[in-house]
Amino acid sequence: MAATTTTHEHDAHGHAHDDHHHEQHWIWKYVFSTDHKTIGIQYGLTGLVFLFFGFCLMLVMRWQLANPDTVVPIIGQIMGDLVAWLNQEPRSLEALAKTGSFDSWFWLRAVTDIFPGGKLSADGYNSFGAMHGTIMVFFGIVPIAFASFGNFVVPLQIGAPDMTFPRINMASYWCFFISCIFMVVSFFVPGGAAKSGWTSYPPLSEISDLGQGIYPNGFEPFIHHFFNGQTLWVTGMIFNITASLLGSVNFIATIIQLRAPGMTWMRLPFFVWAQFVTAFLLLLAFPPLEAAGAMMFMDRVFDTSFFMPTGLIVGQQVTQWSGGGSPILWQHLFWFLAHPEVYVLILPGIGMVAEIIACGTRKPLYGYKAMVGAIFVLGFLSFIVWAHHMYMTGMGAKVAAFFQTTTIIISIPSVILLTALLLSLWGGSIRFTTPMLFATAFLPMFGIGGLTGIPLAFNAVDLYLHDTYYIIAHFHYVVAPGTIFAIFAGVYHWYPKATGRMLSEFLGKVHFWGSLIFINGLFAPMFFQGMAGMHRRWYDGGATYEQLSNKVVWGKTGIEWNEFISTSAFLLCAAQLPFIWNFFWSMKFGKKVPNDNPWDATTVEWDTPTPPGHGNFVKEIKVYRGPYEYSIPGAERDFTPQTELPSDKNKAPSAPKH
Amino acid sequence: MQIPYEVQARPDTGLYNAKLGIWLFLASEVMLFGGLFSAYIFLRMGADPGYWPHGLLNVPVGTFNTAVLIASSVTVVLSWASLKMRKLQQYKLWMGITIACGVVFLGVKLLYEWPQKFHHFGAFIKPAALEKYEPYLGNQHLKEKKLAPRVEISGHLHEVIIDASKADKAKFDAFLKEHHLTAEPDHHDHALTLVKGKHLTPGVAEKLPMIPSATDARVSGVKIVAFEVGLDPANADPTNPENERPHFKFKPPTETLARVEAADIESASAFAPKHSPYFAVYFTITGLHGLHVLAGVIVMLYLWLPIKGGTLLYKKNPEHLANRVETVGLFWHFVDLVWIFVFPIFYLL
Repeated sequence: MAATTTTHEHDAHGHAHDDHHHEQHWIWKYVFSTDHKTIGIQYGLTGLVFLFFGFCLMLVMRWQLANPDTVVPIIGQIMGDLVAWLNQEPRSLEALAKTGSFDSWFWLRAVTDIFPGGKLSADGYNSFGAMHGTIMVFFGIVPIAFASFGNFVVPLQIGAPDMTFPRINMASYWCFFISCIFMVVSFFVPGGAAKSGWTSYPPLSEISDLGQGIYPNGFEPFIHHFFNGQTLWVTGMIFNITASLLGSVNFIATIIQLRAPGMTWMRLPFFVWAQFVTAFLLLLAFPPLEAAGAMMFMDRVFDTSFFMPTGLIVGQQVTQWSGGGSPILWQHLFWFLAHPEVYVLILPGIGMVAEIIACGTRKPLYGYKAMVGAIFVLGFLSFIVWAHHMYMTGMGAKVAAFFQTTTIIISIPSVILLTALLLSLWGGSIRFTTPMLFATAFLPMFGIGGLTGIPLAFNAVDLYLHDTYYIIAHFHYVVAPGTIFAIFAGVYHWYPKATGRMLSEFLGKVHFWGSLIFINGLFAPMFFQGMAGMHRRWYDGGATYEQLSNKVVWGKTGIEWNEFISTSAFLLCAAQLPFIWNFFWSMKFGKKVPNDNPWDATTVEWDTPTPPGHGNFVKEIKVYRGPYEYSIPGAERDFTPQTELPSDKNKAPSAPKH
Repeated sequence: MQIPYEVQARPDTGLYNAKLGIWLFLASEVMLFGGLFSAYIFLRMGADPGYWPHGLLNVPVGTFNTAVLIASSVTVVLSWASLKMRKLQQYKLWMGITIACGVVFLGVKLLYEWPQKFHHFGAFIKPAALEKYEPYLGNQHLKEKKLAPRVEISGHLHEVIIDASKADKAKFDAFLKEHHLTAEPDHHDHALTLVKGKHLTPGVAEKLPMIPSATDARVSGVKIVAFEVGLDPANADPTNPENERPHFKFKPPTETLARVEAADIESASAFAPKHSPYFAVYFTITGLHGLHVLAGVIVMLYLWLPIKGGTLLYKKNPEHLANRVETVGLFWHFVDLVWIFVFPIFYLL
């Protein structure tokens, strides 16, 4: 049977197929590779590293919120020692000023602003908050959910040998890599990384880190303007955006041009549809932010006034800018990207969950066509809701009414998608494997995130809840137990295809239950903290705000809930350890895949050798049927791969025998 | 491994890969320039009366560049058509002309239009001081005719009057020498210093306050007191009806001099990006457009030269080369199209 063909046999096929292909130097094979699978894995690993880094930034912030004004354990102690060491005699700034020698420790000085005495400073908190958001969205989730899974899975699922433009694909990853370098370097410049929020609203983002028109003599203006957190942030974002533009052109062209014979549009797996729409969102929504990024770069480096209003006063002094700009312009351009970006974050997740639910329930998706329609409507509508993030700017009632209406309309396709996935479970013979556990947990978690967004669509409610912890809880429910759970599901699901080994089911289940419990402990209390009025940017967790420290919600005051939340966050971190161990250990020592199709799935990516070689397929791929032909009555097996020949009796045939 | 449809079109879509790719890329480019053009609209709508300049740019030069770019769009199509007819020599000719047009366009932009602006000086007058400079602004006259007020004095920067009494003498002299400037006591107030010279640009004037004080190296030792400006025609003769409306002829600064006190100035600089939102968006859009022209020229040069990806490809697979030319041609048309928007909104409106 084809399904039981071992990997060794396929390896032999692979070599026969690729005999014209010379052995490449490892640097071309693994580093500057043009193979979509390698690029997908590069994106995935980089993304996972950043996801963990962003999570660690948040852990330091959570410590600060629960225990304001205390030394952060471990990190803070090390940083406190570092600060003390930097301030010792030969290295201290005073000593250097006396001798006039060059400060060779300038790249570490930021720590004195971020962790004075081992405690997280207010600036440090802002910086970590801004970088947590930026890293999680643009360097964690989009690279994993879109670029990594999209690169690895989409060409395999449509039966293509690679992406249409392999070299542009490589350029995309390396452009992204440069943007990562900018973001990492920005932690080591004087003052530390950007600290104006992931939204970088001007005028704050224009004046921060610039010393506000004070030019110490002998200080090179170039360094002053360029090597600071916010300018590096905006430069890094320009590279990040370029990377995702190159990627999205490639994705769309691949899906349109390289579908295997017989892979008609309505036979595409839903994941491919999700990536298709996501690529369009990135293609069309990101460029305005690139334009805005270019303008912010001009403002910061060449002193223009795109976003600086006339006569802005900072520190009781009128600023040096010529003025005449508009801070609202940034908000429009930013949210014109950043609302579609929300769907960029969630759609690949929904796509992955759809694949895994169909496979895990052993039945076709409920309402595949409705889901495809819904995802297109969703993609289109996501372009005309952006100003619901801007109710606080004092827009007129008519404009607000328009955006309230579109925002409510966009919940219809979202509900169609979620309902279809939920109904797909009905009557299925569910296999509760680890990917399936994550996929099923995604549904209620994304449901909570989505439904709590509906009140925010209304101007009147939003004015109260704006910038409170309610917002934090709402979008984290969508993105963290939503998309990140989908990402975990995807990792457990496709890991065997990428490595040829299974992840441990036991560790996977430990990972799942720990994550599910603690992520809810982390985000659920934020809803009532937010409704009690706790603001998202209080760096002391509201300790200095009497009304919050006294107000009791569900038996705890705001501060006590902070402790509960932070404890959950640390336990959530502990719950990720089995995953990290599992991920690396299984690469070498995991159970070998029993065959090329360990989950008994129907889609084309399981028709490749494991792991797939360069060029992917060892046989001619022809597609004869839809993506989810599970449990066809009368069929020999409960799944019929898309590439299986149709039988004369319109019934799945027995598998071809060797 | 061969990627399908690299040269031949896929039957059901009718496209080869690169053609689809470039159209998608151009869609994102539309959004990129769309973002910038909407910034233009936003800033222009939000500008206070008198703060959005009109008729500043050199229309004949802009028209010339427009013609050059449109011509190159025609020649790039001819070069593609030549390849389709398998006439390599004709292709080389037309492509060569296209590249030359791109280079001429960039040359005019970078060697003539931009530097001219960096040497021009403009100072926005504070509302309270507008009355004082009425002879150069003519606002009474403009008000009677119900026209937008004039709030800027612009022209050629002749001299800068500074208070250098606290400056570090050695550093000050070094600065003058470095920038080929001369200093003498001011005619009106001998305590002040008058700095002048052929190489005095607004950019150099801006650096004067960075000369440190004699007593404390961290404090500025120079304070700008006033600018002596050779006025633009509109400021030299503000009530002349010819200067009321934007004029499409370029007029050089006049011999009339005016002294503008630094205390009366809201902001002053060269006609550089930071001068005003107008120049900010002008330089950003034309700069980004220029980068696109440069990219197009580089790619077309690659397809023109006798190298593996260029005309040597003709022998191996002429259709492949024709496809490449078609792809870059589409991009080139887009670059041209952007200019068709840039030209009216900055030069004419």
